[in-house]
Amino acid sequence: MSSIQEKVTQIVVEQLSVEEEQVTPTASFVEQLGADSLDIVEMVMALETAFEIEIPDEDAEKITNVQEAVDYLEKKLAAA
Amino acid sequence: MIELQGQVALVTGAGRGIGRAVALELARAGADLVLCARTQAQLEEVAAEIRTLGRRALVATGDVSQVAPVEAIVAQALQEFAHIDILVNNAGIRRDAVLLRMKEEDWDEVLQVNLRSAFVCTRAVSKGMLKKRSGRIINISSVIALMGNAGQANYAASKAGLIGFTRSVARELASRGITVNAVAPGYIETEMTRDLPQKAREWIQERIPMGFLGQPEDVAKMVRFLSAPETRYVTGQVFNVDGGMVM
Repeated sequence: MSSIQEKVTQIVVEQLSVEEEQVTPTASFVEQLGADSLDIVEMVMALETAFEIEIPDEDAEKITNVQEAVDYLEKKLAAA
Repeated sequence: MIELQGQVALVTGAGRGIGRAVALELARAGADLVLCARTQAQLEEVAAEIRTLGRRALVATGDVSQVAPVEAIVAQALQEFAHIDILVNNAGIRRDAVLLRMKEEDWDEVLQVNLRSAFVCTRAVSKGMLKKRSGRIINISSVIALMGNAGQANYAASKAGLIGFTRSVARELASRGITVNAVAPGYIETEMTRDLPQKAREWIQERIPMGFLGQPEDVAKMVRFLSAPETRYVTGQVFNVDGGMVM
């Protein structure tokens, strides 16, 4: 597991109050992990803080599971 | 009274009237204050009074209906105090005219100052409250929102808008320990009501069961109550402070 993936998984576990085993790369935040829209906003805020980046709303909308978050962050951090 | 010790309150329109009274009341209850308005001189006076109470006060001038100044104010406040626990959206104006004589500018300006500012400030401040899982947001509406008033279609619409805003945001933030309530003052002795013609004043007094106009402090005490830890289970409500005018 990459360090980005570990960090993202940790944030998801904390923000959504779920067990780590549930947070598989493709587990959907909303359908499988029970996040509501405010949970998603907060999780994105937590990701922004943890990775010291800004995630525009239009990008945030496309992040629906850990894998998508990791892919996005890898691209974003490489570009920075 | 130290129930709000260690807490920070941001009050818009804090230079005079109800906003000034709210700021002083929260300071007396132990809070430190971020004072916002467009006119600096009045804010400095309020800040000086707060400091004599032994509390800290930050003066932040700017147009609270615009995103850039509000973000700057919030950033400055967070730098100074590290957190904002209480937000009082009080900034308000009136531009009275009967509907057929009401100019678009009168409508737009009142909606902007009274309603848009609450949206802009609440959005900016609630972010920090979300992280803390606690906060108090109090919007100063008006009984005019509930009863209407000839010559105040713009003012009534803005104040009624605040009530809908209050209830919606209360639902959004309730699960995060943040309460959002509205206070609806009746006729209060402030500069806003001072220039009322004697006849209008008599007309109003006849319609207030208590028979007299309220003081800014009457509203401020309700705001303090809604800011206190005791009211953690109260959200999405409208509290009239009006001498019984609307029941």
